[in-house]
Amino acid sequence: MASSLQEGLLDPQGPIASAERLLLINSTAIMLVVVVPVIVATFAFAWWYRSSNQRASRDLSESYEERVEFVVWSIPALTVILLSGVIWIGSHQLDPRARISGTSDPLRVDVVALDWKWLFIYPDQGIATVNQLVVPAGTPVEFRLTSATVMNSFFVPQLGSQIYTMGGMITHLSLLADKPGEYPGLSANFSGDGFSEMRFVVRSTAAGEFNAWLGEARSSGSALDDAAYAELSKPSKAVPPATYRSVDPKLFDHIVDRTATGRDTTGMVHQGGG
Amino acid sequence: MLGKLTWEAIPFGEPLPIVSGAIVGLTILAVLGIVTVKGWWPYLWREWLTSVDHKRIGVMYVCLGLVMLLRGFSDAIMMRTQQAIAIGPSQGYLPPEHFDQVFSAHGTIMIFFVAMPLVIGLMNFVVPLQLGIRDVAFPVLNSVSLWLTATGALLINMSLVIGNFARTGWWAYPPLSELAFSPDVGVDYYLWSLQISGIGTLLTGINFVTTILKMRAPGMNYFRMPIFCWTALASSLLIVAAFPVLTATFVMLLLDRYLGMHFFTNDAGGSQMMYVNLFWAWGHPEVYILILPAFGIYSEVVATFSGKALFSYRSMVWATLGICVLSFMVWLHHFFTMGAGANVNAFFGIMSSIIAVPTGVKVFNWLFTMFRGRIVFTTPMLFAVGFIVTFVIGGLTGVLLAVPPVDFVLHNSAFLVAHFHNVIIGGVIFGALAGIHYWFPKAFGFTLDERLGHASFWCWLVGFYLAFTPLYVLGLMGMTRRLQHIADPSWRPLLLVAEAGAIVILCGILCQIAQIYVSIRTRERRLDLTGDPWDGRTLEWSTTSPPPAYNFAVLPRVETIDAFWHMKRTRQPAQQRAYKAIEMPRNSPAGFITAFFAVLMGFALIWHIWWMAILGFLAAIAVVLVAGWSVEREQEISAAEIAQMERAR
Repeated sequence: MASSLQEGLLDPQGPIASAERLLLINSTAIMLVVVVPVIVATFAFAWWYRSSNQRASRDLSESYEERVEFVVWSIPALTVILLSGVIWIGSHQLDPRARISGTSDPLRVDVVALDWKWLFIYPDQGIATVNQLVVPAGTPVEFRLTSATVMNSFFVPQLGSQIYTMGGMITHLSLLADKPGEYPGLSANFSGDGFSEMRFVVRSTAAGEFNAWLGEARSSGSALDDAAYAELSKPSKAVPPATYRSVDPKLFDHIVDRTATGRDTTGMVHQGGG
Repeated sequence: MLGKLTWEAIPFGEPLPIVSGAIVGLTILAVLGIVTVKGWWPYLWREWLTSVDHKRIGVMYVCLGLVMLLRGFSDAIMMRTQQAIAIGPSQGYLPPEHFDQVFSAHGTIMIFFVAMPLVIGLMNFVVPLQLGIRDVAFPVLNSVSLWLTATGALLINMSLVIGNFARTGWWAYPPLSELAFSPDVGVDYYLWSLQISGIGTLLTGINFVTTILKMRAPGMNYFRMPIFCWTALASSLLIVAAFPVLTATFVMLLLDRYLGMHFFTNDAGGSQMMYVNLFWAWGHPEVYILILPAFGIYSEVVATFSGKALFSYRSMVWATLGICVLSFMVWLHHFFTMGAGANVNAFFGIMSSIIAVPTGVKVFNWLFTMFRGRIVFTTPMLFAVGFIVTFVIGGLTGVLLAVPPVDFVLHNSAFLVAHFHNVIIGGVIFGALAGIHYWFPKAFGFTLDERLGHASFWCWLVGFYLAFTPLYVLGLMGMTRRLQHIADPSWRPLLLVAEAGAIVILCGILCQIAQIYVSIRTRERRLDLTGDPWDGRTLEWSTTSPPPAYNFAVLPRVETIDAFWHMKRTRQPAQQRAYKAIEMPRNSPAGFITAFFAVLMGFALIWHIWWMAILGFLAAIAVVLVAGWSVEREQEISAAEIAQMERAR
């Protein structure tokens, strides 16, 4: 395993994570401008005005200056005004559901959090995987996410933004991996006994390699039919990665409906509007 | 007959809970045994358990907080040890079902049964003395509050041996905390102990709002109140506004769990995010309920030990009130990652960072108070300076987390864990420890040993940085919180450093225990005969140490802020000697007995023992009603008696 600093937020592998790292560094820098002098002043005052220091000039009378007061309120206020601008712009630019402009059409992936593994459905390709997410490098990936169980949070630190997966609800997220590589993914919201092992791997591949992988996935493994999904959705820990050669492209919507209503809607014709 | 309770509830097969439970049980039995053998029961009952004296209640709150600190801290050591060894192939010594209880209990206990009792205890002891009055507005209610808080603490500790605690984290987010995913009694222990202690806290809030608004010494208008009283007022207002939200939220979760309703379930129209919103609508003000009184303590300590008036008292007051209001407008920053729109996230991000303005003003005011002062480095002052440095770092990382896109990568990470320990240890705990050292001589009439106090401070400070700096770094490396097992072996060195930090903090706690022991043994040499050991500025230092039950034989007249400081300067005696009879509240067993029945009720509800629940509830209500309707609640101390007592001092 490579050294850690090459795996965290400080080693981004996509535009979202890079922008977020930049924002982290910029915001820290803005605040350090105030925080460092405050810390230095605290040490300096505490040391210089210690009671045993004969050389310190003291003034214990209750003097109070409005000019000082003005400065005292302005410094944090100006810092926060600057930061507010950063927050407003950053929140809009890095809105999780904002599309990433890429050279190729986005890949759609539906994500379902299960106890305690991740199901990735590729609705347009008709395949599904567990605990491994294979994506072509340089292609935006548009996720729809939900949970068939308790709340989790889908997070690939080196690609950026995490987002909650919640039962009966759908969240949206777009990410992009710049170049081929393997990046760890995890759940960032505690979800029960198997939580620590609820990890997955994002494998970013060259475009040709991705198509080869698709072909391989379609010709091997089993189908994710109702029975296989029922088996998969039972609680299990530290599940090894797997692929399913075929899957109902509507499975994601069925899972959302079923979690929200408590009734089994898989295998039923989706009526819409329900 | 006994609901869900069977012998299987007691985990005989598992050594860890049985051994720790046995240690706790034996300690309690040993203490009870000593009390019985020494014949201290009548004294304890008369002077403490039934006392309605705000000073005694304050001391008992602080004792509760310190005892529970030991429990919460042992959870912390267990977690740090697990994370330091359960790396790669090793699974450590705590399986998930234990580890999950340990971190849930750690958070719950540290917030509700350590930080809250310490802060409320200091408020209890100090506020009436600083206001120059004889008690709080509702003394018996105050005792009920204390004992209901103790009830919650007892219930949570019972879960150690009988059944189990929640495995949901201290927020107990549904649907994980719903019956479908947490069918055992763990979440019920969590809910009922917090419901019962929450009522106690709410009553405290009401009590202190009333006391501060209605009962100040003659001449003490709002802008002559000591700054700690202002922060206690702000904190109490927040309690009154926020705790009902928590209670109502828990009622809904209880209805889901007990009556099959669907407020927060996945299905049938439940909304888990409603719980999350409501929980943090209480949860963020809660942070300020804890930190504002700590700010007040630092203000008193920095002014006293710099020998100067607090710089810009008025802006300190406005900053406090500003934080008080703003704290209700930021709750969404606890879940930016739920997928809200950019406008919503940006709004809450900006509101959150605006809180840094009044907080920054406070920091500057403390600095300007130290500027050109004569700083005496007693233990409380060390904690205050340690706090300023530590807190601005915690503030920086806090504002970072308020930038939504930054939070998208740091949410729920070890970085977040480091941030809130940075502000809670560096802010609330340092504040409480400063306050305990500062007011200890007032409470007991002798000072605490300074050498051990200094040692304890340095252990806490160094231990804090050792324990949490690695967590900041690990968060940046992508480590999330609440991991029972760690996959990446390259995180091991930092986790070992964090473990070492926890051990250094343990040394700090041991120093404090030694300090209390040594100070009591050598108290004859460290008696505070003046009542004013620090050259204090506010009214609590104008009376004797410890103060008489009635605090002030004659109520002081207040003409300025820092009233006692000016009395000393103008050589005006703090109290004239024309005594009048004083009416003081009588002791009341109502609080203790109510709590006894509340324990029965809570335990019965957790285990579905319905007859006992109904019995406990009716009895507790009956005790409150009887106490409420009793006529002879006051006793008069005659002027002659007071004169005699004052001469004897």
